[in-house]
Amino acid sequence: MEKKKTVVATASLAGCFGCHMSILDIDERILSLIDLVEFHRSPITDIKHFTEYCDIGIIEGSCCNSENVQVLREFRRHCRVLVSLGECAIMGGVPAMRNGIPVRECIEEAYLNGPSVKGHNPEMVLPNDPELPMLLDRVYPCHEIVKVDHFLPGCPPRADLIYDTLAALITGGELHLPYETVKYD
Amino acid sequence: MSQKITIEPVTRVEGHGKVTIHLDDQGNVVRSRLHIVEFRGFERFVQGRPYWEAPVLVQRLCGICPVSHHLAAAKALDVIVGAGTGTGLSPTAEKVRRLMHYAQIFQSHALHFFHLASPDLLFGVDADPKIRNIVGVARLNKGLAVQGVMMRKFGQELIRITAGKKIHGTGAIPGGVNKNVSAAERDEFLKGEAPMNPDAMVLWAEEAVDFFKDYHRKNREFIDGFSEFPSNHLSLVRKDGAMDLYHGVLRAVDSEGKVILHDIDYQEYFNVIHEEVRSWSYMKFPYIAELGEQAGWYRVGPLARLNTCSFIPTPLAQKEFERFREVSGGKPNNRCLHTHYARLIELLHAAEVIRVLLNDPDLQGEELVRRGEKRHEGIGVIEAPRGTLFHHYRINDDDQIAMANLIVSTTHNNEPMNRAVNVVAKRMLTGRTEVTEPMLNAVEVAIRAYDPCLSCATHAMGQMPLEITLVRPDGTVVSRARSGGTA
Ligand code: SF4
Repeated sequence: MEKKKTVVATASLAGCFGCHMSILDIDERILSLIDLVEFHRSPITDIKHFTEYCDIGIIEGSCCNSENVQVLREFRRHCRVLVSLGECAIMGGVPAMRNGIPVRECIEEAYLNGPSVKGHNPEMVLPNDPELPMLLDRVYPCHEIVKVDHFLPGCPPRADLIYDTLAALITGGELHLPYETVKYD
Repeated sequence: MSQKITIEPVTRVEGHGKVTIHLDDQGNVVRSRLHIVEFRGFERFVQGRPYWEAPVLVQRLCGICPVSHHLAAAKALDVIVGAGTGTGLSPTAEKVRRLMHYAQIFQSHALHFFHLASPDLLFGVDADPKIRNIVGVARLNKGLAVQGVMMRKFGQELIRITAGKKIHGTGAIPGGVNKNVSAAERDEFLKGEAPMNPDAMVLWAEEAVDFFKDYHRKNREFIDGFSEFPSNHLSLVRKDGAMDLYHGVLRAVDSEGKVILHDIDYQEYFNVIHEEVRSWSYMKFPYIAELGEQAGWYRVGPLARLNTCSFIPTPLAQKEFERFREVSGGKPNNRCLHTHYARLIELLHAAEVIRVLLNDPDLQGEELVRRGEKRHEGIGVIEAPRGTLFHHYRINDDDQIAMANLIVSTTHNNEPMNRAVNVVAKRMLTGRTEVTEPMLNAVEVAIRAYDPCLSCATHAMGQMPLEITLVRPDGTVVSRARSGGTA
């Protein structure tokens, strides 16, 4: 019988997908990784909802709206180990630069004042449909919402760091962190 | 009772979106919408930052094509530091940037085709969702998966030597670049062991085009009939009409091929392109001002670029371009799934351009930066993998950003994506009593053909009419968030 594979789920909250791209930057190693790992709910698969308990959940991005919070909580409920991947997940990252600026100013800049909308939106339409999730008052790093087990720094974290961490989590081995692999930019 | 179907999240596109389809009592589709549910607020929060941060900051909109934002911002700042547009840079700076850009086109198109779109083509849209992904591809056709992975790697490595980092690099600075490409760095690629050299990549890109043509021959009905509607098309082209993804003038054609924007200098874009705001999406709806909101919408991206340009300036891609034009009788091609075809022709073009550039000694030149008389405003436009990308900045006397306006590729395709969803939803769902997973995936396939980068598109933010309470894991209330308000 085939050995049970490690089940991994990933999500992108308020992030730029750069961390997910960095996962793909492990390049050919992904082909051997898929012998050990099965990807469950993730933007690279078509699985949209949890149907089983997963071993590892990887979160990119911070929480900036109600939906991000909901997804993050679902991940916590369905994953044994939760990893914050990258600056956005860890500290809010660039999206958190809006913290401290009134939400209204951001909206007006985008939908009323910009040079390609100014004067062309006479009814002052703003996005406010119930289908759109609600914005939070500020951007929250993941560990302020749920418990997070591991943090991988970098914007994005290097592919080598991601690969080594996954390997260590899967095999239960020790993780060596050479100085060059840990970057904070 | 009327019914609402929601597909959420849309997967295998890069970003965050959802689709709602409203049915009436008889099961007819009355309305469908692609909602962009994310926000950022970049336009506002970059205000006050020193202008030279823009190329490294704003690329954090999108980690899928960060190079596009990096370069569009740098191009806007070239104008601000007085280096002019396009030709104002030193040959070394321009060519290093071009290499970075075509490497990114190459890796992004490879990613899209192999990782995101090929599962639908190989398995069919009604296959089991569990195998309908890149892992499934690797199991079914390992050779194809290896090609996809290695082509992406090739592009990413080229980005690393030109930008300093594979994702979110720092290579382009206002007025030029911060390093050239050394002979040793170049040789890593020129003399690289197959497949990591440009000849091998050109060959694989040709194979990818053939793969699609072959698939098309066998599945003509699906590819041609999937979703087609007339539209305008817009892109940059070189002054002589050649395809140029790094620099050019704005051209648009209508569905019959008539030129409706005549090679406009993009420093004037705000006179010809306006945006409409709709309440149900954070993503705006751009249109050609003269034609108005109803008739002025257009497509951008690979399909649009092959419809607007007069020729492709590399031989192999030009040959494929001629064939592509024949398919639609010399007129613009309005078939959604032909975007894949167009994208692969561009993949081939990018491989050819990379090969030429790597052999150019200007890459090793020493003049990296040029500057002239300072200005307070600049606009940078580039053809990102997914289409035309606009960055517009104004600065104050203290060198701080005072105004930023971004129109990203996916935003231009907002209306066409919504139309495509509508066409497919009507065909697949009308009169059915049961909604199946393949039907819903077909709706997603229509979206995916545009390769929407919803991550890019969501830099804008809006406000919501709800309220939510945030509770910490231990039960304490972190905050109560309110809607921003129009009241
Ligand atoms: S940490 Fe950096 S790379 Fe990752 S999502 Fe945030 S901005 Fe993107």
